[in-house]
Amino acid sequence: MKASPAPLSSAFRQALSEAWAGGSGLLLPLGFFAGTAMLIPFSLGSDAELLARIGPGVLWLALALASMVTLERVFQADLQDGALDLWIQSGDSISLIAASKTFAHWLISGLPLVILTPAIGYMLGVPMSEMLPAMLGYAMGGITFFLWGGVAAALAASVARAGLLIAVIALPFYVPAIIFGVRVAEEGLNGVGLPFLGASMLFALGVAPPAMGAALRLAAE
Amino acid sequence: MWSFLANPHRFMGFSRLAVPICFAIGALLIGWSLYNGLMVVPPDEAQGGDLMRAMFTHVPSAWLCMGLYAGLAAASFVWFVWRHELADVAARAIAPIGAGYTALCFVTGAIWGQKGWGQGWHNLILGDSRLMSVLVLFFLFLGYIALRAAMETRQKAAKAGAILAMVGLINVPIIKVSVDLWETTTIHQPSSVIRIGGAPEGAEAEEGQGMNPMYLQQLLWGFGGHGLLASALIFMLMRAEIYSQRSDRLLAARLEES
Amino acid sequence: MSGAVLIKTQSVGAVRGERVLFKALSLEVRSGETVLLRGANGSGKTTFLRQLAGLSEVASGAMTRVAAHHWLGHTNGLKAHETPRTHLKHWARVWGSNVEIDGVLERMQLKRPADVPCQMLSAGQKRRTALGRLLLVERPLWLLDEPFNALDTAGRDLLAGMIETHCAGGGAVIAALHGDAPLAASREVAL
Repeated sequence: MKASPAPLSSAFRQALSEAWAGGSGLLLPLGFFAGTAMLIPFSLGSDAELLARIGPGVLWLALALASMVTLERVFQADLQDGALDLWIQSGDSISLIAASKTFAHWLISGLPLVILTPAIGYMLGVPMSEMLPAMLGYAMGGITFFLWGGVAAALAASVARAGLLIAVIALPFYVPAIIFGVRVAEEGLNGVGLPFLGASMLFALGVAPPAMGAALRLAAE
Repeated sequence: MWSFLANPHRFMGFSRLAVPICFAIGALLIGWSLYNGLMVVPPDEAQGGDLMRAMFTHVPSAWLCMGLYAGLAAASFVWFVWRHELADVAARAIAPIGAGYTALCFVTGAIWGQKGWGQGWHNLILGDSRLMSVLVLFFLFLGYIALRAAMETRQKAAKAGAILAMVGLINVPIIKVSVDLWETTTIHQPSSVIRIGGAPEGAEAEEGQGMNPMYLQQLLWGFGGHGLLASALIFMLMRAEIYSQRSDRLLAARLEES
Repeated sequence: MSGAVLIKTQSVGAVRGERVLFKALSLEVRSGETVLLRGANGSGKTTFLRQLAGLSEVASGAMTRVAAHHWLGHTNGLKAHETPRTHLKHWARVWGSNVEIDGVLERMQLKRPADVPCQMLSAGQKRRTALGRLLLVERPLWLLDEPFNALDTAGRDLLAGMIETHCAGGGAVIAALHGDAPLAASREVAL
């Protein structure tokens, strides 16, 4: 297993252009995220104070759900078009390849959500002083979601219409990031939430890639 | 003992006897603890009066469901490393029983808590990290079962399930920590029943007092009984799976001949 | 047979579900050989080839891989948005090859559609793009699953020529095939 940078950056670039060319890569999660956020005032009433108070937490929920919209395709496409076979035999660590693909996927489908959060926060009346530190949390939590979601997606890569299955597998793994993330939104950067969120992200960075690698080898079999 | 049982034939011989024995003793123990718990011991008014009698099912199942998840992950590990077929059969059988016990634990906890903290039971679920952790555990079991069911072949189901169970187990402490942290922003005291490495027995006694020894006794009887019952059910499911594999093999052989 | 052993299997077996696909399959392939795997649908040709490639687990027996190999499955490994040129460039980068892409495109008769996204290419053009990967880096062993699928007569001749050149140069090819083979095999293995 060599870990030279060229295969990783190639995998990264291929995943970026694939997600970009897929068209829906960028817009689908954004639309879903914004749409979910739009439903919040309708479902919870027009109490401005309530919306402002629960806004950051509700955004976490929307983020968690939106992160799952495109997960199904991350590895399934590679399995179906045969690229996965080639990656596994490339002699490079499939775990690292999977991690760099996941990161590319987050850049295309996850980061835009983070950038959109202040706008939705503004719509819900959340004070901007709260939203900015919360954005850091959304970014870190988003990566964590994509990593665990990636494990679920890799495990379910060989399953047709795996969307719901991926959600059922991944949701329990989302719990820590959501809890820590909401703490960050509540307490700002000085609270106990940020180090915990950072730790859970690092933990996901360490554990999820090998699990994705093993799952992808299985999917290719 | 485990290497002795790892042979499916010996396992079939052993389990043929073990299933009825575990069932019988388990039923006796559960019956005894329930009889004492529901009829004999005095209710603890501070703990919700008669409702606290749900504890005699709740606490044993809480201890069990964590153990069953650890067992699921351990069996998965054994299969993943040594490809012991019986370990996978065991993992497959543990999952629904574990899911059942998490559900039982959750429901009895909710019944107990209905009065326990005097707040109606939706508040209890929102306020008690122990129950929330059990709920997350339930979804871990559910995801495992769903993943296995979606896989094409037995080998794929085994491998995917093993990966998920192992990843799940190392996540359990983190989920636990996070749910505990979440609780400090809401109500209730630190949790203890499924805390990793904690001492669970004394935890049910609030305000730091030792638990009524009569309660503890019933809890232990109940735990032993449910442990045996769960074993019997798991052995039964394992036997069914082994039979089903044998019949598949016969079918495949028939296919070969034609 | 004089060439060096490139890959060797000793009584390899495979199961799917409870079904035994094959067992005790022993094969030794030396450089210069063209080995065809023949067998009915479901006999396990593809599974055996994937085992040789290290993609599928070996249920029993042992496998010794001596030489590096190229893999061509029944899927092409192309992305819809890739063009033949970007696809070959991508894998050349991954494999650390400095081969001139234009030359490969020329050889595979892909000059004209070189910059057309794969979603607009014909099945034969996609297959030729995938075959172009074989020329990116020199690897002694080619593992090909139904390589002639989707190719027209010219494409079949092209591939047959490639295989001949490769084997003459000390390489070896193991291909799973059904139907007639437009190439001279040194050996056939029935599954």
